[in-house]
Amino acid sequence: MSDLFSKFDALIEQREKLLESGVTDPFNLVMERVESPTVAICNGRRTILLGTYNYMGMTFDPDVVAAGKKALDEFGSGTTGSRVLNGTYVGHRAVEDALREFYAMDHAMVFSTGYQANLGIISTIAGKDDYVILDIDSHASIYDGCAMGNAQIVPFRHNDVDALEKRLNRIPSEAGKLVVLEGVYSMLGDIAPLKEMVAVSKAAGAMVLVDEAHSMGFIGEHGRGVAEAQGVMEDVDFIIGTFSKSVGTVGGFCVSNHPKFEILRLVCRPYVFTASLPPSVVATAATSVRKLMHGADKRAHLWENSKRLHGGLKQLGFTLGTDEPQSAIIAVIMPDLETGAAMWEALLKEGLYVNLARPPATPAGMTLLRCSLCAEHSTEQVGEILNMFAAAGRATGCI
Amino acid sequence: MSQNDEIFARVEALIEPFNKKGAAITPETRFQQDLEWDSLTVLDFVASIEDEFDILITMNMQAEIETVGQLVGAVRELSRR
Repeated sequence: MSDLFSKFDALIEQREKLLESGVTDPFNLVMERVESPTVAICNGRRTILLGTYNYMGMTFDPDVVAAGKKALDEFGSGTTGSRVLNGTYVGHRAVEDALREFYAMDHAMVFSTGYQANLGIISTIAGKDDYVILDIDSHASIYDGCAMGNAQIVPFRHNDVDALEKRLNRIPSEAGKLVVLEGVYSMLGDIAPLKEMVAVSKAAGAMVLVDEAHSMGFIGEHGRGVAEAQGVMEDVDFIIGTFSKSVGTVGGFCVSNHPKFEILRLVCRPYVFTASLPPSVVATAATSVRKLMHGADKRAHLWENSKRLHGGLKQLGFTLGTDEPQSAIIAVIMPDLETGAAMWEALLKEGLYVNLARPPATPAGMTLLRCSLCAEHSTEQVGEILNMFAAAGRATGCI
Repeated sequence: MSQNDEIFARVEALIEPFNKKGAAITPETRFQQDLEWDSLTVLDFVASIEDEFDILITMNMQAEIETVGQLVGAVRELSRR
């Protein structure tokens, strides 16, 4: 029968073929219990978590959990309202205050998810006759923000400064221009040459938005991200971030020094036409963001973990997404989806959870086993992880 | 040689390095179905066209271009501006 679902037939067939081979469905894992930021029970088995984006391990921080419980008691389970109507409580203001302090910026606007932050900001500030110039490997939320705003979209080759500059120079000089970059690209875990890219963007009169979802709390002296690490915070107009990674809950935000920034609260549809975050969520986020300001020791340990895992996997003979560790994401490149799924399952049986990533989320049609480290992974756990990779790699013929 | 013929010849030359299947190139050749290009190939090819003619082909315009002939027409329009 042919109907509106016929367009999904190829994908349905690919999935059926993969599952027929007997492998566990990599996109249907259920965690029965979660013991800590680094350990959960999956299929009755103790599993080390290496694919959570829980970089700073804040999900079980006692202060964070206590703040959430208190807010739940005092303000109830939800706001049942938009931020511009009945959905702004003191907690929403408090988390925006925490963000302004964390980034040392004038304005902060909190969205219900990180996806909505990109969707809302990009679609609202880049309209029909404006140009959005973006890295081809940008996250889906950035592309969706572009599509929703109806702007002219100009992609350039991943992390290629010359390609960006050439395109900027071909755009009519009077047109509005927004360059959209990411600090850390989440598929391969590589970072952007923001210093050079921000410089050419500013020279062309463009505004610059940087998504620092995968660097917050970890990269840069104060954990403000790659823009801080490369010394270009002053020239970045908008930073987009999320609460669902280092902060350890859910939500998204934009911080900026633009003098007219606050008007976005009235014109940004993904901010206006949705319910605000529950009081317990903003309370956990505010507590976590403030604790991340003093996370230097955890940052150092996370870097150690990242370097050790990267070096160890390389030594075992795996092909990795970057030559050197650049972030808390280490991507192991698999030859194809079948091998990737087999390796993913072998790791799960060893007691290790990683992300299986495949097109269209990945660049260049790659299948990846993506590992994201946590500051709460102990040195012993990283050793265990390497042993599991060695065993699963040999069992599946990957190494 | 008409202007279209000249643009077609230059476009055809730029398709060649990406024409892994060795397909014959006519104005009716479709990039996706006949040449089977993926998104990264499209990006590289569009970049080479943009550099050759010193123009900008946005993704919005790319969505409207399915065949070589349509690309030649778009290049002619954009080069005039």
